[in-house]
Amino acid sequence: MTEWSMLTLVGGDRPGIVAKVTDALYKAGCSLGEASMIRLGGNFTIMMMVSGGACPRDLDGVLAPVAAELGLRVHLDSVDGGLHRHLTPNVQVRVVGADRAGIVAQVTGALAAVGFNILELESDVAGDPRRPVYIMSIQGYSDATIEALEQAVAGLGAAGIAVDVAPVETLIG
Amino acid sequence: MAILDVLTLPDPRLRQVSHPVTRFDDELRAFVDDLDETRRAGPAAVGIAAPQVGRFQRVVIVDVSAKKGIASHGFLVLVNPEITHWDGFEIGREGCLSVPDYTGNVIRATRIRLIARDPLGGPLQLEMEAFEARAVQHEIDHLDGLLFVDRVVSRRTDLFRRKVYQTGPGPV
Repeated sequence: MTEWSMLTLVGGDRPGIVAKVTDALYKAGCSLGEASMIRLGGNFTIMMMVSGGACPRDLDGVLAPVAAELGLRVHLDSVDGGLHRHLTPNVQVRVVGADRAGIVAQVTGALAAVGFNILELESDVAGDPRRPVYIMSIQGYSDATIEALEQAVAGLGAAGIAVDVAPVETLIG
Repeated sequence: MAILDVLTLPDPRLRQVSHPVTRFDDELRAFVDDLDETRRAGPAAVGIAAPQVGRFQRVVIVDVSAKKGIASHGFLVLVNPEITHWDGFEIGREGCLSVPDYTGNVIRATRIRLIARDPLGGPLQLEMEAFEARAVQHEIDHLDGLLFVDRVVSRRTDLFRRKVYQTGPGPV
């Protein structure tokens, strides 16, 4: 069975980071699995599954020159995981509210209480900097009905958070 | 009836453009039966297109009636389908018998009008929306050598979707 490591890189964003990092990994004989990169607050962030070649033993040495050149911080974990373990989300939750501390904790707490499994979560702060708006999109899996999930988050309306729960119908064709 | 082999990525034949059907005969109708048996043998597919089983003719089957609470025309065989009108767009999650173990978000028209032939060669004119319209657009793409992976949009794109929030006072 393939042994995977989770490689996390964070640093100031600039063009060419993915190309330089993956070139170094490729030349060290490493294979990539699933990966997710996003720019957060002007930072480059990526997490990717890496296996084979110099991985994991010599990976620090392989990445050190690239990390130094690009100003990246490197973090590596051995993980007990593999490919083809997808879960398909069946519920989407959208959250909008005047930005304040505690929105994520309140919404996800209500969802967790009914066994909702978050598979994807993305959030952003939009709006005028003087009146920031917190926007969050969650996709996940739940055995509970949409009505039960709506019930679970119903109390949040009074706290000034608009929460919309909708089914995700995945079309297979 | 027979269950046919489904072509999967990266098979280059999935990129072929299919030809219109010119003979509406028993052989075509027997093929449609096999195509539907193949669809039903798979993992809950609501549609299938002839090129997915290596027959490069413009034939698709769509049946979303198994999904609860969705308006639909039921079981549809569309031969030489052509979309004549598109309206609105929305993002939805799709997967494909030809792309196992992957799903992604795709933008499709919300409402479409189309013309097609039935398996006897008779003319069809249909108007549909939402999930059924999405299924038809997904299948017609196969006839032009396109797969949903060619149209996948970022998960983050969904943040820009606007809709009416049903819960709470909506402070924004």
